[in-house]
Amino acid sequence: MQWEVGSALNIASILVVVIVFAAMLIWVERRLLGFWQDRLGPNRVGPFGLLQVVADMIKIFTKEDWIPPFADRFGFVLAPTIIMIVILLSFSVVPFAPGVGIVDSNIGVLFVLAMASLGAYSVMLGGLSSDNKYALLGSLRAAAQMVSYEVFMGISLLGVVALTGSFDLREIVLAQEGGWFVVPQFIGFVIFLIAGVAESHRLPFDIPEAEQEICAGYHTEYSGMKFGMFFVGEYLGLVLISSLITVLFFGGWQGPLLPPLAWFFIKASCFIAFFILLRAAIPRPRYDQLMSYGWLFLLPLSLLNLLITGVVILSAN
Amino acid sequence: MRVPSTVSVTENLNAPVGLAAVEHLRAVFGDRILHEQLTCDEIPTLWFARESIQQALTLVREQTFAGQRFEMLLDLTAIDERVRVNRAGQPASEFTVVYHLMSFSGNADLRFKVPLFDDDLHLPTATFLWPNANWYEREVWDMFGIRFDGHPNLYRLVLPPTWEGHALRKEHPARATEMEPFTLDDAQTDIEQEALKFKPEEWGMKRASEDSEFMFLNLGPNHPSVHGAFRIAVQLDGEILVDAVPDIGYHHRGAEKMGERQSWHTFIPYTDRIDYLGGVMNNLPYVMAVEKMAGIEVPERVKVIRVMLSEMFRICSHLLFYGTFAQDVGQLSPIFYMFVERERIFNIIESICGARMHPGWFRIGGVAQDLPQGWEVRIRELLDFMPARLDEYDSMVLNNGILKRRTQGVGAYTTQDAFDWGVTGAGLRATGYEWDMRKQRPYSGYENFEFDIPIAANGDCYDRCAVRVEEMRQSLRIIKQCVDNMPSGDYKSSHPLTTPPRKEKSMQDIETLINHFLSVSWGPVIPPNEVSMSIEATKGINSYYLISDGNTASYRTRIRTPSFAHLQMIPAISRGFMVSDLIAIIASIDFVMADVDR
Repeated sequence: MQWEVGSALNIASILVVVIVFAAMLIWVERRLLGFWQDRLGPNRVGPFGLLQVVADMIKIFTKEDWIPPFADRFGFVLAPTIIMIVILLSFSVVPFAPGVGIVDSNIGVLFVLAMASLGAYSVMLGGLSSDNKYALLGSLRAAAQMVSYEVFMGISLLGVVALTGSFDLREIVLAQEGGWFVVPQFIGFVIFLIAGVAESHRLPFDIPEAEQEICAGYHTEYSGMKFGMFFVGEYLGLVLISSLITVLFFGGWQGPLLPPLAWFFIKASCFIAFFILLRAAIPRPRYDQLMSYGWLFLLPLSLLNLLITGVVILSAN
Repeated sequence: MRVPSTVSVTENLNAPVGLAAVEHLRAVFGDRILHEQLTCDEIPTLWFARESIQQALTLVREQTFAGQRFEMLLDLTAIDERVRVNRAGQPASEFTVVYHLMSFSGNADLRFKVPLFDDDLHLPTATFLWPNANWYEREVWDMFGIRFDGHPNLYRLVLPPTWEGHALRKEHPARATEMEPFTLDDAQTDIEQEALKFKPEEWGMKRASEDSEFMFLNLGPNHPSVHGAFRIAVQLDGEILVDAVPDIGYHHRGAEKMGERQSWHTFIPYTDRIDYLGGVMNNLPYVMAVEKMAGIEVPERVKVIRVMLSEMFRICSHLLFYGTFAQDVGQLSPIFYMFVERERIFNIIESICGARMHPGWFRIGGVAQDLPQGWEVRIRELLDFMPARLDEYDSMVLNNGILKRRTQGVGAYTTQDAFDWGVTGAGLRATGYEWDMRKQRPYSGYENFEFDIPIAANGDCYDRCAVRVEEMRQSLRIIKQCVDNMPSGDYKSSHPLTTPPRKEKSMQDIETLINHFLSVSWGPVIPPNEVSMSIEATKGINSYYLISDGNTASYRTRIRTPSFAHLQMIPAISRGFMVSDLIAIIASIDFVMADVDR
């Protein structure tokens, strides 16, 4: 087996590393939140509580795999698998380092957006098939939120695509050798960041699962491994968004001295930590406020950004 | 501290408005006032027959007396008089319904009583005069079986719909050992299940409007944001609230019934658990009411100790409110920071009282022990530490843009609404009405302290929070004055009815020894009287209405709690908002369910 893009070894190691990393984020997030909230966080199982994830996994795997009798079985089982599958598939186009990646697709950016759209089905289906009013409210909110924020997410990326002239994520990284796109595309970056939080529905945009309002939203009826998949799926989404920000705006693996993979890891980790900090710091806007903020503020802004980028590129040529 | 003012509480109570009202009523009703009762709280107490009570209430509601109104129906309750011995001069009655009216502008109280007989238990409703009479009348029906003619939905409020009997009647057993062993067979389970089934019509809701079908969401009794066992039946059109009907009683423990069973002294710890965040502040109205009936004057040191601890608990309660308020609009961190201060204060309270949340530390005639040596050290540390932290919280919570957009203009009501619904405390002050029991009717020496009453203008969720935050700063001011000026002296009065009685002389002569023995084993015998004592508790006006029949236990213990009144208002202020707003409204009310259900 050879170590090159698309090799079996490459695929296997990326799959394992990404899933393990996402699972470890459960521990990372709890420790970081603990640190920022003047408390300890999990510190009992293993050194620094590192084995907490193992304990959680044992619990989740041995829990009764229960499907409520009133739920629609097919949709109920399908929903959590969709989120895992589409997010893992999205990782296939992410270039982690030279030679590390699964596919270098010339429609990489479009593929990621397509997978994000499919991800919305997971949340909607989970809520609808549960036959629970809280879950229904959650999935209603999720559908509206994810569908709207996809729009700005897509438009905010187009500036980067226009600057590179390619949808291939590896090309985008290589095009940033002279300077990161965060500088010319700062507005695009901010919009992508906000839309990313909304897409991964984490606090402050965790409206589909707002605990204080609608219990657990769309996954109210889930327990055991199916809940575990939603849970890890959320962290996978977090890793994905952080990786994409790194790739699209912060030069991917590029950096001095350290090996490329290390640079990628450091950059992505910074964004993960930032997302966790967001959760500790900001309250949740109301559902309609989030919608009007998106459509009335982010949409015009992202269109304007695209327009200006286009004008600059045209005049430079 | 200022020099003690010369205006006493009673002079305040019978301020011109109360006297003017009584004179006016005398002129209008003449002989139809059955009796003018004297109570030791000196609240004018007039007896009316069932036929004239409605007219009397309407008159008081609509007229002004010396230019002021009686704005609020503070309390409405009943007394089972059938086994009461000492009621000389009062009209014959088996069940007496009691109305407690309050004038905020005139700072006066008025009490009406209506005698009723067991075979004919009904009287006209007051719901069309004061909307908050609704729940009070339902509670009276629930507890005593008294019907209110014309009441829109006279169902059980606190006890379950399948309950048999009326719990506060004297023949109703007070403890499980007086009843048959509890069993729940399948048939009974089915009956209970059926009773729990949600039928919108019974809650006064329609299933569908002309163009859409409503969704009914059962919020609670176990829901992350209802702060205890509290249920709201929510009628939704999309995410817009058409109606929200609160359902209470899941936390009912029969505190008022226990008050008739425990001795005067042993009921003190039960009061801690009414507003379980208020700690010893709950003891205060109770012990002051008993002291008033017993004629006990407490030493100055006791008053200041009581004020100091009460204010600490006010801060604790407000901190918890502040944190959960932020959390309910989605801000996860502040509550953890606020628990740091809460912990500091609880450490101080623990070192003084020996317990943290429910010390039960006030005693009739004093407090349980003297302050420990070096008590002020930690308090001074707190006073240095806390103001800066409060400023930090302001920048984190109150000045946060998202939080402002979530809470400003949400769940707003006017001062008049607050009066109509019996809203007191920070909820009233947030509407811009400056009224605080500690200032208007100083008790336990509050007249000697310098502090301000924070108010706001809009009466929305944000303002209710802002008022409480400022109250914490004022409480710190009061605590500082307590520490700087703690008087020396006894921690308990030398009156023979204090509990436990002082022992210095009990080994010297036989009479005192016998008295001491009886007073410890049976508890003190409080002379027959009636008293109502109100304080500005953490959540609003908390009032104990005690009736002594010359016994070692209370004949009737009525606990008027602020949260009960506040919850009743939820439908009126939440219609047309979204589910998320309802959560913000609930959070801003600051209630605990034990304070509602008792």
